[in-house]
Amino acid sequence: MDLINALVALLNYVIIPGMSYGAQLAIGALGVTLVYGILRFSNFAHGDTMAFGTTFTILVTYWLQSMGVSLGPLPTALLALPVGILMTALLLLGTDRAVYRFYRRQKAAPVILVIVSMGVMFVMNGIVRFIIGVEDRDFADGARFVISARDFKQMTGLEEGLAIRTTQVVTVVTALVVMALLFWFLNRTRTGKSMRAFSDNEDLALLSGINPERVVTVTWLIVAALATVAGVLYGLDKSFKPFTYFQLLLPIFAAAIVGGLGNPLGAIAGGFVIAFSEVTVTYAWKKVLTYALPDSMAPDSLVQLLSTDYKFAVSFAILITVLLFKPTGLFKGQSV
Amino acid sequence: MTSSLRPVLLYLLVAALIAGSGVVHGPNTAMLIINMGLISAIMALGVNLQWGFAGLFNIGIMGFVALGGLATVLVATPPVTAGWSAGGLRIMIALALGAATVVAAVLIQKRMARGMTRTLLTLVVLVGGFFLYRAILDPGVDAVEAIHPASAGNLGGLGLPVLLAWPMGGVLAAGAAWIIGKTALGLRSDYLAIATLGIAEIVIAVLKNEDWLARGVKNVIGIPRPVPQEIDLQASAEFVRGAASLGLDPVLASTLYVKLAYMVLFTVVLVILLWLAQKALNSPWGRMMRAIRDNETAAEAMGKDVTARHLQIFILGSAICGIAGAMMTTLDGQLTPGTYQPLRFTFLIWVMVIVGGSGNNFGAVLGGMLIWWLWVEVEPIGLTALDFITSGMSDTNWLKGHLNDAAAHMRLLTMGVILLLVLRFSPRGLIPEK
Repeated sequence: MDLINALVALLNYVIIPGMSYGAQLAIGALGVTLVYGILRFSNFAHGDTMAFGTTFTILVTYWLQSMGVSLGPLPTALLALPVGILMTALLLLGTDRAVYRFYRRQKAAPVILVIVSMGVMFVMNGIVRFIIGVEDRDFADGARFVISARDFKQMTGLEEGLAIRTTQVVTVVTALVVMALLFWFLNRTRTGKSMRAFSDNEDLALLSGINPERVVTVTWLIVAALATVAGVLYGLDKSFKPFTYFQLLLPIFAAAIVGGLGNPLGAIAGGFVIAFSEVTVTYAWKKVLTYALPDSMAPDSLVQLLSTDYKFAVSFAILITVLLFKPTGLFKGQSV
Repeated sequence: MTSSLRPVLLYLLVAALIAGSGVVHGPNTAMLIINMGLISAIMALGVNLQWGFAGLFNIGIMGFVALGGLATVLVATPPVTAGWSAGGLRIMIALALGAATVVAAVLIQKRMARGMTRTLLTLVVLVGGFFLYRAILDPGVDAVEAIHPASAGNLGGLGLPVLLAWPMGGVLAAGAAWIIGKTALGLRSDYLAIATLGIAEIVIAVLKNEDWLARGVKNVIGIPRPVPQEIDLQASAEFVRGAASLGLDPVLASTLYVKLAYMVLFTVVLVILLWLAQKALNSPWGRMMRAIRDNETAAEAMGKDVTARHLQIFILGSAICGIAGAMMTTLDGQLTPGTYQPLRFTFLIWVMVIVGGSGNNFGAVLGGMLIWWLWVEVEPIGLTALDFITSGMSDTNWLKGHLNDAAAHMRLLTMGVILLLVLRFSPRGLIPEK
């Protein structure tokens, strides 16, 4: 029995990866939930919006790298991020002008807007593939580890190593900054307050003189920033592949719904709930249990509840459970 | 133009487009487009039933299509007797136990009073059941997958005629639809969408990972066919004589003959389903469905059981997609789980339904054929167009190389633009609902 080693293994394989994945999902879910709260439809193009922002960030990163610019130990992509956000903002505002505004004026049913967002998804998917192709791309540079497993072992003399990758730290820190900024904006600024008012009660907000088009524009700008940041962080942590981003739609929506659609705080909580469930259910617990249990009880098998390929099943199961027992989500969300 | 003439003209247009492909790329390509177009039309018919009749938003079509494909393997391939004796029974017992666990949990939820004990008991049953299920299943799976892993490693099927797999595909898809419908129908429309999206991904994950079932990503090839093999036709003296009398090369004649045979089979299925769908649309049941779609609250006030009717039509539509999926796998002669992509099998079908005209069966069929033709032809047309655009550039120009590589991605862009244009300027589709 060796509880310290068990704890280190748990941190290394479950808690730290879960934290960074959860932060990525949370920022993605924030984007979905904002669109739902203000524009009142489920945006199926969100995964591809993330891919679009990441594409431009990658291109600028490559350019910066070729110019010899770097951020030292931090990934160069952070420097390129503003350009990615700007391009995504232009794309989203353009899409809103060309596509969504027409249906908004018509007061079309939400499900029509969902189908429209499907068309937008196709177009964005095509654009991304057109620009950058379909291959896997790794664009993380800078120092790979904050603490590598070997250094940790030497430092502490423990049998288990604890590795913290730079991208994981960057993810969590960026996520905290983004969330803090967002909540400051929504709760403290006039524009943010008008957005919340619009989300709570559209008619009342219009009566009090809030300009709906301005609220929508600001929303798309924020969504562009959130989607690009989420996409870039995910791409740094894993790798960039357009199809994976499309597939992220399911855990992201699961996170937003579990938290309560339209509720930003819920989206964050939902992101971490989904991420930690995915990681715990698909992790092989043999190592941790071997340390934590007395020798006589050490497991022979991998103690993996589900193979990693079933991670979608986990988001799905949580989603269904929440929908059945608490349809508005853990935090009170909107339900149209 | 009178309203009765418009569909006829549109169908003639599609026929002309496909004939044009035949002239440019040869008759085999045209036949391929027709066969996949017929299957796409059937899928579109199924989605039209759900969306056009009832307003249900299902974006898990890929899952139902894949279940249909699984049915062909389970019905038509010969059983692997060594696999069955190694662990088949064990797997079956485990599956039964898994099902029993879920049923027990549902029963506890339904029968017991709300409270702490109910929640705890449900959790105990589910968690305990899961571990018991894995304990029984895993050794069986290992044993089965160890048998001739290069050629089998699965349990095989029943060895029945492949045509039986088509209705069986419908039954499998209907079963899955019942489970999803029971949980997600009655909630908001977006939630049904997310739930179906999820179940489709899970079906594909199961097909990819459960090697004992249908060999996973190792694929099942050589699924028995309902029509003769080209090779056998070429070897038959009688067939070669027949081809010669028509002035055809025996190889070309055999490939065309096989595709023609498939076309006849698919057309028969499509006509039967179309006839049924038309009958349903114009029956009191169809009118009730449309009434529910147009105003759920009013229909409910008139005493219609909205959730039950939704469940009914959700199952029917999914079953049609399952049938189409089984037909597609039969046409391919192989089940390759890696090729199921949501953009191709879910969202493309949606484009077909919307473009064709949701709520109109003939519109859905037209949309299926037209969009499938476009899906196939966009790539060569795009390449030709890009060749023209880049004709002034030298061969070493990076932009030319990039554009030529990117032509393959024109499909998605075109489909998206078409969907958006139709939604904006002709939201009722090419052949609108009456």
